[in-house]
Amino acid sequence: MNTRQQNKITYSWYGKPMSSDRKLRTSQYKGILITSERSRTETCIQLGNFILVEGENADQPFVAQLLDLYEDGAQQKHAVVQWFSHITEIPQNKRKLLKREISPQEVFFDQVPGYDTDIAVETIIKSIMVIPLRLGEELPVMLNKEQTFYVKQSWDGKCFKALSPDTFSKLKEARKKEGGIPNSSNSLIPSDIISPLKKETENVVRSTTKPKNVELEIESKHSASKSSLAKERHSQRVANDVKTPTARKKLQLNSPIRSPKGRLLGSEVLELLDDLCDAVAPLEPSATKRRVKFTGILGSPPKIPCANEKSKSVLDTAEDWQRFKDTIQLSPHSKVSDSNEKAKNLNVKDDTISLIGYQKRCSQSPVLSPCSRRICVQKTNTRIAEQVSILNALELNQEEDFLSSSDSSYSSSSEEEKDDVLCTPEKKTKSSRTLSTPKSSRKSSVHTPAKTPKKTPLPGTPKTPRNATPEIPRRNHAAQKPASILEEARLRLHVSAIPESLPCREEEFQDIYNFVESKLIDGTGGCMYISGVPGTGKTATVHEVISCLQQAAENDELPSFQFVEINGMKLTDPHQAYVQILELLTGQKVTATHAAVLLAKLFNTPGPKRKTTVLVVDELDLLWTRKQNVMYNLFDWPTQKHSKLIILAIANTMDLPERIMMNRVASRLGLTRMSFQPYTYKQLQQIISSRLNGMKAFEEDAIQLVSRKVAALSGDARRCLDICRRATEICEFASQKRTPEIVRMAHITEAIDEMFSSPYINAIRNASLHEQIFLKAILAEFRRAGVEEATVQQVYHQHIALCRIEGMQSPTISEIMAICSRLGACRLLLVESSNKYLHMQVRLNISQDDVMYALKDE
Amino acid sequence: MCFLVSLYRENFCNFNFQNVKNQFSCDQIVLSNFLLHMESYCLAGNGEELLDKFLVAVEMTWRGVELPIVHEKSSFFFFSGLLQTNDKVALKEITRQLQLENVIGDKVFGSFAENLAFLLEALRKGDRTSSCPVLFILDEFDLFVHHKNQTLLYNLFDISQSAQTPVTVIGLTCRQDILELLEKRVKSRFSHRQIYLMNSFDFKQYIRIFKEQLSLPAEFPDESFAQRWNNNVQRLPEDKTVQDTLQNLFHYTKDLRSLHLLLMLAVSNVTVHHPLITASDLQEASRQHRMDSRANIVHGLSVLEICLIIAMKHLNDVYEGEPFNFQMVYNEFQKFIQRKAHSMYNFEKPVVMKAFEHLLQLELVKPIERPSVRAQREYLLMNLLLDNNQIMDALQAYPNCPTDVKQWAASSLSWL
Repeated sequence: MNTRQQNKITYSWYGKPMSSDRKLRTSQYKGILITSERSRTETCIQLGNFILVEGENADQPFVAQLLDLYEDGAQQKHAVVQWFSHITEIPQNKRKLLKREISPQEVFFDQVPGYDTDIAVETIIKSIMVIPLRLGEELPVMLNKEQTFYVKQSWDGKCFKALSPDTFSKLKEARKKEGGIPNSSNSLIPSDIISPLKKETENVVRSTTKPKNVELEIESKHSASKSSLAKERHSQRVANDVKTPTARKKLQLNSPIRSPKGRLLGSEVLELLDDLCDAVAPLEPSATKRRVKFTGILGSPPKIPCANEKSKSVLDTAEDWQRFKDTIQLSPHSKVSDSNEKAKNLNVKDDTISLIGYQKRCSQSPVLSPCSRRICVQKTNTRIAEQVSILNALELNQEEDFLSSSDSSYSSSSEEEKDDVLCTPEKKTKSSRTLSTPKSSRKSSVHTPAKTPKKTPLPGTPKTPRNATPEIPRRNHAAQKPASILEEARLRLHVSAIPESLPCREEEFQDIYNFVESKLIDGTGGCMYISGVPGTGKTATVHEVISCLQQAAENDELPSFQFVEINGMKLTDPHQAYVQILELLTGQKVTATHAAVLLAKLFNTPGPKRKTTVLVVDELDLLWTRKQNVMYNLFDWPTQKHSKLIILAIANTMDLPERIMMNRVASRLGLTRMSFQPYTYKQLQQIISSRLNGMKAFEEDAIQLVSRKVAALSGDARRCLDICRRATEICEFASQKRTPEIVRMAHITEAIDEMFSSPYINAIRNASLHEQIFLKAILAEFRRAGVEEATVQQVYHQHIALCRIEGMQSPTISEIMAICSRLGACRLLLVESSNKYLHMQVRLNISQDDVMYALKDE
Repeated sequence: MCFLVSLYRENFCNFNFQNVKNQFSCDQIVLSNFLLHMESYCLAGNGEELLDKFLVAVEMTWRGVELPIVHEKSSFFFFSGLLQTNDKVALKEITRQLQLENVIGDKVFGSFAENLAFLLEALRKGDRTSSCPVLFILDEFDLFVHHKNQTLLYNLFDISQSAQTPVTVIGLTCRQDILELLEKRVKSRFSHRQIYLMNSFDFKQYIRIFKEQLSLPAEFPDESFAQRWNNNVQRLPEDKTVQDTLQNLFHYTKDLRSLHLLLMLAVSNVTVHHPLITASDLQEASRQHRMDSRANIVHGLSVLEICLIIAMKHLNDVYEGEPFNFQMVYNEFQKFIQRKAHSMYNFEKPVVMKAFEHLLQLELVKPIERPSVRAQREYLLMNLLLDNNQIMDALQAYPNCPTDVKQWAASSLSWL
């Protein structure tokens, strides 16, 4: 990913526009050239090729088939693709529908209607190979694990289906077609070499795995069609194509070589072949010389220092080459009837097949330019490397497995071939254009509401050095069940107890729901700002909306979406928001700046296969930074064309956008605002009653009292519930000995008094005598000076005077200072730092009247 | 006797608990609720002096309730605002004490942001029925309030208010206005349980506490001595001087800590030859306890320094507390020397300056602004950090004070 970013890659059209639409101002092309500047490689991808497309997560590119390429009026290059889903893209709960083990190489033909099949050409990474297989068929041993995928079933968002014969044949056709395009462009772009390939049936390839009798008839029918396997490999080779002399090193890096041994082999062979190529006359491809070439390769393996597996590989390759030679001799035009010798190992056979395909294609190209020869060389080179790697992979598997699996694949592949036999004739008539047109119509149906597989947000375990999963120790004893009705009520009144529904917020609920729903259906982005004082149910309502939407998405009433929540208070720094969002979206864990870049890329580029993201930003005001770039980015993303991001921002103040945001941020936030009014007493009453749910723990009047009190004060539902809970405790405490009773007005009043009465009066009354005198002295000094501030020295003189009046022993300065700091500590007084000693200024923290009142009663 | 002293120390602690316990019997129900049903609470213990005792009490209650679950000691965590000075440190401490898995030994790994995410994740995963309840005690709660954004408090309160791991947060502070310091959304999540611990006893109870404090326990090895001692202690408060001493202290402060300090001073006088505590011991202890520290410093000054202080006092009187500089003091002193004093030697200016600087070092005078290089020391503005009363009292007690200095101190005009 990173190297890709650093590397400048240019995308240019391959060939001239095939057709253009004047009205739409689009012109269609049949291929695209991807030129990487650093590695100096050029890759041509044509319609029908299978490609890897950049996903949200760099590690997980998407698999797709290229259906159409066009340039729109704005000179933007677009591609229309048919998606394939990887198993990781399928929701966890649906995976069990498969009832079988899924290899990481397996993909599913994607028929989920919600995905955008129109992608930007810039997101294409490279071409790969997708091989359709029958359901029961085992995956063939893979030659190139990273670039080969297999498709067995289709996935439509709800269930898995076997590939329809039509699809199956289309997929096969796609691979054939790729080779079948007459390469008229060769003259246009000489650097890019697509040698016109001789057609060759896949059945020929398959035939090696089959009994002879089947082969013969297939062979006759499909002699013209090309081996798709080989074709795939070809396209892949093209992707790795090397043009410049410096590329030799590159080649080694690019080719999927697993072991240093293989690399050694590869380079050796390359050198060898280069020499040979020079020897071959460009215009005279002779079979004999080619044979010489391959025997040359044959000779190379023994040079490799090898283990016992290695020796086997040598043996295998030797066998392959032997067989290959036979093939060439017997049927120079790729009638591979003789390759049906049953090999002992399926693996060996597959390799043979593909090799045969290769060699044939090379051998049958009428004109071999030097470059094309190099391709050949390279291919052979990588082929050998692949074999080495496969043998490495084989170490893991047990031989028995292979034997048994090969048996099953025999039968299934024969079926497959029969299908193919039926389908190919009609398909051949279709041009590549006709193939893509019906599918490109899906472009319009991109945003239709339909269920798409919901990505279950993986619980992000924070990365710690040991990848620890956080956990609180378990308790040893079970929590006790509530014993009395009051305890039960207390449980239900706890803020954390989630009610079945949120009463009194139906309107707001509906508004938010409609907003998100409409955006979801449209597939667009948007922002909504939700404000309200604390405890008015903002977050609870939003969560309720989200869970409702998720429910609806599960029932296929809405397109599925990803839900991400961040809380400004739970971040240590506003920039950490990026990290959290990215982690929740993709599971990546990166630094804040990098996360910002990745997120911007994610939301600003047309994301293929991306579901709508619903982002809830709680405590928005804490994301404020001096440059406001966090908020700016957050609200800028939804305005991007492809972002599909819906933001619900929650904060306390209604005028937050105007107060703290710059104009450009506020403007992006938009005007969709909603404010949650504080609860009225009736609503609070309803909330309590609904929570109690008919339990007789509270008197009706008591509930009304608490509701009215709280509504008059703040309208904070949390406060209301807290008071009720405290009241139940008081009630319980009062009736400990007697029979349990229900909460009455008196208990509520007591609870309210306890919670809201000012502690100052009580604190003054419980202060010691000199402390009280000191307060009196302060009052006297204030009155004398007419200023509500005095130094300790002044107060001290007043204090001594008061003490004389009372006839008490007057305290020393040290004692006065101690008294003063004690009163200051509990904030009855506001005092300066004590290093000023006598000159420290003293003020009262409560009104003089309160002090008078508190002192008078004594 | 060391044994006796240490015994007292122990005794005081035990007593604290006993005494405080009945004060919040009502609040025990809160804690037991927490234990029984794993509800989440937050309470801020509010009070002046009994905070540590409250803490002891909470711990005692916590352990004392006869339930098996309380023995899961891991669920009790203690943090102090003086130690955990910011959220970063506090989080590290929490994860360390919780023994979460990003902790190896005593070290916590991960950045601040990671630790916060980790802790929240850990606490979110738990639920009411299966997770071990966690009790956070935040001492010096008011200092936590000053952490940036009050992130820690918000998160702890938020967890305590949601169906996650049962969490109780107990904040201990002596500030009465703690609620006003909480941010509005933090305040909304705070459960508003406040317990104010007041010293609401009267003098009779104070005497009783005094007796209880001083009495030897029954398990004291020397029984006969214990009996003698206890009888003595019972009789002590009947003495008028003892009563006066205690009354004074009681008027001065109801804080039990100062009573302990007084008793410790008194008990320290007990020796083998003087086995029982007497009224005079207490009186002496009280005298020491109430001693004015600055006035004591004055006793140790030289006559010249005393003269300077008196000069400053007169300056203060004349200019009504306005700051002065050395030159003014020196002039005032010169007036006294030249016109009246015959007992005083006329010191040279540098010598007077030296004396003045000594006073500066003792912090009896304090410069208004920091001394800078440019400002001349003679003209640096100063304030006197002594009150007239203190000076006069100190002069009374000053040994061998020349009479004319005393007269000069009484009135700046006396020499006329």
